[in-house]
Amino acid sequence: MKQNTNKTSKPQSCPSSHLLPLHFLTSTQKSEAGQLFPVDTFFFHLFLFLTAGKWHMSEKNSLVILVVTPGCDQFPSLESVENYTLTINDEQCFLLSETVWGALRGLETFSQLIWRSPEGTFYINKTEIEDFPRFPHRGLLLDTSRHYLPLASILDTLDVMAYNKFNVFHWHLVDDPSFPYESFTFPNLTKKGSYNPATHIYTAQDVKEVIEYARLRGIRVLAEFDTPGHTLSWGPGVPGLLTPCYSGSHPSGTFGPVNPALNNTYEFMSAFFLEISSVFPDFYLHLGGDEVDFTCWKSNPDIQAFMKKKGFGDDFKKLESFYIQTLLDIVSAYGKGYVVWQEVFDNKVKVQPDTVIQVWREKMPVRYTKEMELVTSAGFRALLSAPWYLNHITYGPDWKNIYMVEPLAFEGSPEQKALVIGGEACMWGEYVDSTNLVPRLWPRAGAVAERLWSNKMLTNLDFAYKRLAHFRCELLSLQIPANTRPHPKQESLEVSPPPRNFGV
Amino acid sequence: MEHRGLGWPRLPRLLELLAALAVQAVRASAVAAASPDLSLWPMPLSVQTTPRVLHLSPDNFFFGHSSTSKAGPSCSLLQEAFRRYYDYIFGFYKRHHGSADLRVGVELQQLQVSVVLDPECDAFPKISSDESYTLLVKGPVASLTANRVWGVLRGLETFSQLIYQDFYGTDAMAFNKFNVLHWHIVDDPSFPYQSITFPGLSQKGSYSSSHVYTPNDVRMAIEYARLRGIRILPEFDSPGHTQSWGEGQKDLLTPCYNGKDPSGAFGPINPIWNTTYSFLSKFFKEISTVFPDEFIHLGGDEVDFDCWASNPEIQDFMRDKGFGRNFKKLESFYMQAVLDMISAINKSSIVWQEVFDDASKLTPGTVIQVWKVEDYTQEQSKVTEAGFPVILSAPWYLDWISYGQDWKKYYAVDPLSFEGSQEQKKLVIGGEACLWGEYVDATNLTPRLWPRASAVGERLWSHKDVRGLEDAYRRLIVHRCRMLRRGIAAEPVFTGYCDEDRM
Repeated sequence: MKQNTNKTSKPQSCPSSHLLPLHFLTSTQKSEAGQLFPVDTFFFHLFLFLTAGKWHMSEKNSLVILVVTPGCDQFPSLESVENYTLTINDEQCFLLSETVWGALRGLETFSQLIWRSPEGTFYINKTEIEDFPRFPHRGLLLDTSRHYLPLASILDTLDVMAYNKFNVFHWHLVDDPSFPYESFTFPNLTKKGSYNPATHIYTAQDVKEVIEYARLRGIRVLAEFDTPGHTLSWGPGVPGLLTPCYSGSHPSGTFGPVNPALNNTYEFMSAFFLEISSVFPDFYLHLGGDEVDFTCWKSNPDIQAFMKKKGFGDDFKKLESFYIQTLLDIVSAYGKGYVVWQEVFDNKVKVQPDTVIQVWREKMPVRYTKEMELVTSAGFRALLSAPWYLNHITYGPDWKNIYMVEPLAFEGSPEQKALVIGGEACMWGEYVDSTNLVPRLWPRAGAVAERLWSNKMLTNLDFAYKRLAHFRCELLSLQIPANTRPHPKQESLEVSPPPRNFGV
Repeated sequence: MEHRGLGWPRLPRLLELLAALAVQAVRASAVAAASPDLSLWPMPLSVQTTPRVLHLSPDNFFFGHSSTSKAGPSCSLLQEAFRRYYDYIFGFYKRHHGSADLRVGVELQQLQVSVVLDPECDAFPKISSDESYTLLVKGPVASLTANRVWGVLRGLETFSQLIYQDFYGTDAMAFNKFNVLHWHIVDDPSFPYQSITFPGLSQKGSYSSSHVYTPNDVRMAIEYARLRGIRILPEFDSPGHTQSWGEGQKDLLTPCYNGKDPSGAFGPINPIWNTTYSFLSKFFKEISTVFPDEFIHLGGDEVDFDCWASNPEIQDFMRDKGFGRNFKKLESFYMQAVLDMISAINKSSIVWQEVFDDASKLTPGTVIQVWKVEDYTQEQSKVTEAGFPVILSAPWYLDWISYGQDWKKYYAVDPLSFEGSQEQKKLVIGGEACLWGEYVDATNLTPRLWPRASAVGERLWSHKDVRGLEDAYRRLIVHRCRMLRRGIAAEPVFTGYCDEDRM
């Protein structure tokens, strides 16, 4: 009973045996779909029966891993080398990688190669894989301000990110509606700005846990503290930080973006970002800079005076520039690099040459492909997100559109294209919390993951569908409460009827 | 509306609900996302509240039967409901607050239930079931009066919503006063219904042996629904949408032809073979005994005529019958035969709108479900003008997800806003929210369904003048948190939070 049936794909069924996540195929070597174990240790023992040709089988009981460059206790970075090779044959079962991060990627792939016969025996085919990612920055954004996400949701997401070889968790921690990040320098930020300071916050311990959990999976945590817009929740905890809007000559009672005209603002930002720089180990911080509404600034007489003093005329982009430049200098002084949303570039803010610009707007001020061209032509590195707003749900298999995006499909020289360091799938939180995060994210985000990891030529939708459908079944079996963390009810699923509600 | 679905809605003389605000069993500290105002969903026909507050204590509150009630402790449906609603109200409280003692105002010690007419305690709910109730909340004994047990169930739900500490359960439909589950149980891709008469149907037609509904599963579902005053309306859609039937039942589907030779593919059920009708007769006999509801949904939608047209035997039949090349006549021929079958076993039928659109004549009393979105109000006019009852679904296809607060557009629908007389409008017995399964399974069913379906629930229960979006938003976000509290993973309406977020 469908009004607009998409009858092209066959219905997919998930066998109820214990399948494990399948990952996508790699750059060079075709391999059979398999079943896998998520692995937490480098060395483990499995009984592996190899089939080379029809008759030859031999039993293997270990995967030998050789990592060339030590770095077990380090944090992954944008420059991390994630290459690996996997050699499975009669003589050896061998994973070779430059770094531990490559080993993690290789282990994931290895785990996806293993499959199980109907009798229950584990097999792996003779395989040669040489693999490395197309883009070094493959990220996923979660928004914990519009809706609070329990720690378990974040950690679960990191797990599935690892299955997909995502390597950056872009944590959009705070925004207008709430401020769940527990600041030790400014505890009132959280006390006054969170939805509920007793329950809807991320303590220092929580944050540490996320960072370490991510690190163990080769995932960088890119923390975003978006200013000067998107900051309403900062106001209650730091009086005077936000611009009071005016109605004629009187304050209207409402507030706007951070007040760029006050010295206090920059003292606050200095102290705040000192904390942030110390808490988050990644070299990069995301400083936001998007959607700054100038109306409130315009209405405020102090700001009008400031504009005059600075000779900005009527151009509030100059004021925005002024704020952001000052902020960027503050953050640079702490030895951090930064990522910003595209408005910072569009509004001609003077930024350091190694700034990363995140392109998120689909059509304005220009089509995103044009924006990519402009950003890279100006010499900046770019991250693509515009076509990958996963929160924009629609009816039907939209993973196809997501998959078919080609990040380098814009006019530019090879040098320009080399400035595209990757992209991010975004799951903004206006309509998303732990009740629907998982089914909304997966497996659709998997389409982005493959686009960012795999070879550009991998565009066959049928081939992708087959593997994605299989991957989805694998994810299902992993979501069963085999994990020690409690799962929200809707995650522990059984594909077999009767529907879960019955009999409860 | 009679038929509130996820099934059928019904609202005959409905309720008068009088409630002096009953509330509060604590939570001094917690900032309830619920406001002190009434946040009932769906909105009752008539509500009067006072600011007076009564407190309830789990150790000193119970549901009881009034001495003049026609129902008593032997009515297990009510006993079960009392147990459930006690849990909803006090479960959380007990778990997290021990027995904190907060006496505020008069204590409410009992909700006394009184059933006025023959309770229908062991019966199955029907389309004609009386769900009206009156609730008067005052201390120390509040009273819930209803003609039948169905009204008691509805009233208990409302009562529990008046109290701020309701809890637990997994029964979203009942929380939203839906009263019919339209179970579209089989279709092209798979046949999970395990038939006793024709076990091959599910043996060959289900996705796997574990992807079936056994007779026991079905029985459990029916009883579970019954205890909540929910009818189960089974649909066995034919002649189209039947690919999966062909796996287990040979010589049922039409062999399609490529010129003179069978192409290997199969189409809708073959309407010209006697064996088709003897099979269906036996099959629906079973269905009529398994499912107690008065109605069976026969489907009849989206019949693709190409395969029939290609089949030489059918071509001959068409000629013999004088149908020309009008396959709608063949479709009608088939549907009428099945409708007659259903009448013969003393059940009534519901069909999708094509059966009406394509028919020349149709058994009076057949209920038509209007699902096609284009010009659906016109369709409602046509169907009711011809004298047939209507169930509206067209504007409520919840599987059609989109970005943003789409609940508003479901809420704004007026099921009676079509051209027609008063008599015609009376023929609209209700509506159904539909969640088709192409992109839905257990992993995303609950958040996709709730609270969006709640908007439909209120539209079908509440008075037509209850349409203010701001008030609805205010109550819906509370209702959503309430569902979360009761264990339903309803998705967010918009930016915000519930105290229950830390699940």
